[in-house]
Amino acid sequence: MSSTNNYILGVYDDEDEVLHAVSEVKSKGIKIEEVYTPFPIHGLDTALGHPRTRLPIAAFMFGCLGLVCAQALINYTMVFDWPMIIGGKDFFALPDWIPITFEGTVLFTAFGLVTTFCISNDLYPGKKPEILDIRITDDRFVMAINVDKNKKSAADIKKALKDSGAVEVNVK
Amino acid sequence: MAGHSHFSPANVEEHFEFSSEGKKRIIYGFIAGIVALIIGIYLLSKGESGGHEVAAAGHEAANAGHEAANAGHEAVAAGHEAAGHEAVGHLSGGAASHQPAAEEHYDWTNRIWANVWLNAVFFTGISVIGMFFVSLQYLAKAGWSSVLKRVPEAFPKFLYVTLPILLAVFFFKGDVIFHWMHHGVTEVGSENYDKIIAGKSGYLNKTFFIARLIGFGAIWLILWNMLRKKSLEEDLVGGTEIFTKLVRIGVAFIVIFGLSSSMFAWDWVMSIDTHWFSTMFGWYMFSSWHVTGLAIITLTVLLLKDKGYMSYVNENHLHDMGKFMFAFSIFWSYVWFSQFLLIYYANFPEETIYFLERWEGHNKIYKTSEILNILFNFLFPFLVLMTRDAKRTRIFLKIACFFIISGHYIDFYQMIMPGVVGPHGGYGLVEFGMLTAFSCAFIYVISDELTKASLVAKNHPFLVEALHHDI
Repeated sequence: MSSTNNYILGVYDDEDEVLHAVSEVKSKGIKIEEVYTPFPIHGLDTALGHPRTRLPIAAFMFGCLGLVCAQALINYTMVFDWPMIIGGKDFFALPDWIPITFEGTVLFTAFGLVTTFCISNDLYPGKKPEILDIRITDDRFVMAINVDKNKKSAADIKKALKDSGAVEVNVK
Repeated sequence: MAGHSHFSPANVEEHFEFSSEGKKRIIYGFIAGIVALIIGIYLLSKGESGGHEVAAAGHEAANAGHEAANAGHEAVAAGHEAAGHEAVGHLSGGAASHQPAAEEHYDWTNRIWANVWLNAVFFTGISVIGMFFVSLQYLAKAGWSSVLKRVPEAFPKFLYVTLPILLAVFFFKGDVIFHWMHHGVTEVGSENYDKIIAGKSGYLNKTFFIARLIGFGAIWLILWNMLRKKSLEEDLVGGTEIFTKLVRIGVAFIVIFGLSSSMFAWDWVMSIDTHWFSTMFGWYMFSSWHVTGLAIITLTVLLLKDKGYMSYVNENHLHDMGKFMFAFSIFWSYVWFSQFLLIYYANFPEETIYFLERWEGHNKIYKTSEILNILFNFLFPFLVLMTRDAKRTRIFLKIACFFIISGHYIDFYQMIMPGVVGPHGGYGLVEFGMLTAFSCAFIYVISDELTKASLVAKNHPFLVEALHHDI
């Protein structure tokens, strides 16, 4: 990504401006790849039209998996493989198992979600960060547009960014 | 910026109009409830409702005996046979007694007083949670809730109805509800003398009980009146000075409520099963009250929105209320289950009897409600409110509110009825009529109180923040 020369970056110095610029640039038929900001901006996701995250669905699935695994583990060990009477309860003593089932559900959900999040964001230990402009970690807001994925010419895009209030327009 | 509200100063000051049509309907509802109640009482007096259950209770004791022999768990079996909290004293002695102790004092009118008590406690909780909710928002200096705070703020008005009812029932019919008020239980030498109860009489005695009821009740009402007055003054004056005062009132109430809600849980509900105790009971009852209160606040806001009011309350605020209900349904489940699990696991007869009574005791008449209790209060809200979309959709919120409110009525029913009426309980016209009458009275009083102030606290310092709430 670093030297492909197909990204046009509009740099803004105000979060309200970048938020308005998003809809303005989009209204000109330009596809925005991403907006990088030092802090979250309310309404930016909606303005960009990003699809809703599917992480909650993954969370539910991992939770169900954890529930089944925890129940399978306890059932196998405590009911089928080596039945034991504990505290005079039945072999299948469901109330006793609720804490373990709960913990299993939470554990699977937590680890599953973190893993899914990392995979879907292409994050792994030792990954070299791809930062388009170092100032997005400080006080600038950068709108990145991929020229290859747009029908408009680079000149048109640059003009649109300038018009929308970008303090500078760079190519990377 | 989805759901951005276009709120201009022009539509500030929105007043709820309690139409005469609405008043009429609620009064008709109230009358219908009273009529159902009277028919129910008539049937009760004839012994048609509950009568057969009395006969069945005898069989149950015999059956339980067989079961016990099979199970071989002596301690648990003793719980079966006793089938009444009065017998716990015998149990701790280790002997399995067959005395149907609960039968001794039973009078068919007891079920009516038990119902009055049940509804009074339930609605006291809902009313005071209104105050608790507002106080909590002030304590946290939360902004988002300022758009809907006038709704919970109106709730404590109903305390003027329920607290006197609680006081009157306790004063005149306390011995029906509370075992510890039976004649002679604390007198050495009396045939009713009960060592365990006598040991608790330092806390559980009539004077101290009434002192707590009046004392804390009065503090609740005084703090609410202060809060309400200041809040309405803010509408006229504006500025932030009143806000800081309201924060102080909120903090004071939270401290008082933390103490009093626990004590009232012991007083009003836990002491019904006098021998039994649970250190989690204060939290348990508070969580039940709180989640019901949240559901009623949400439902009131939704109904007001349906009528065209509160257009500035958008799906973001509803989402937060939904999250509150979801979280506190799980909190209730957590507390309920923690209480249950420890008792189940430790298996002390004097503790397990509480759940045995509700599960297998009294000819299993409470078993269905106990199952519904868990389904309505844990499983259904959990599944219905799980997704983000459900919390932002009115119909799903209403479904969840329905489950939570009816579920927690059942929860309080389960807390109170088995201890007071034992095998004579049931769901009949008395229960239905009493609940309808109380609900209609509650709706009437709250609607009336809502008309007395603008539905939006227009000078709340966080109002603008709340209007731009976006999650």
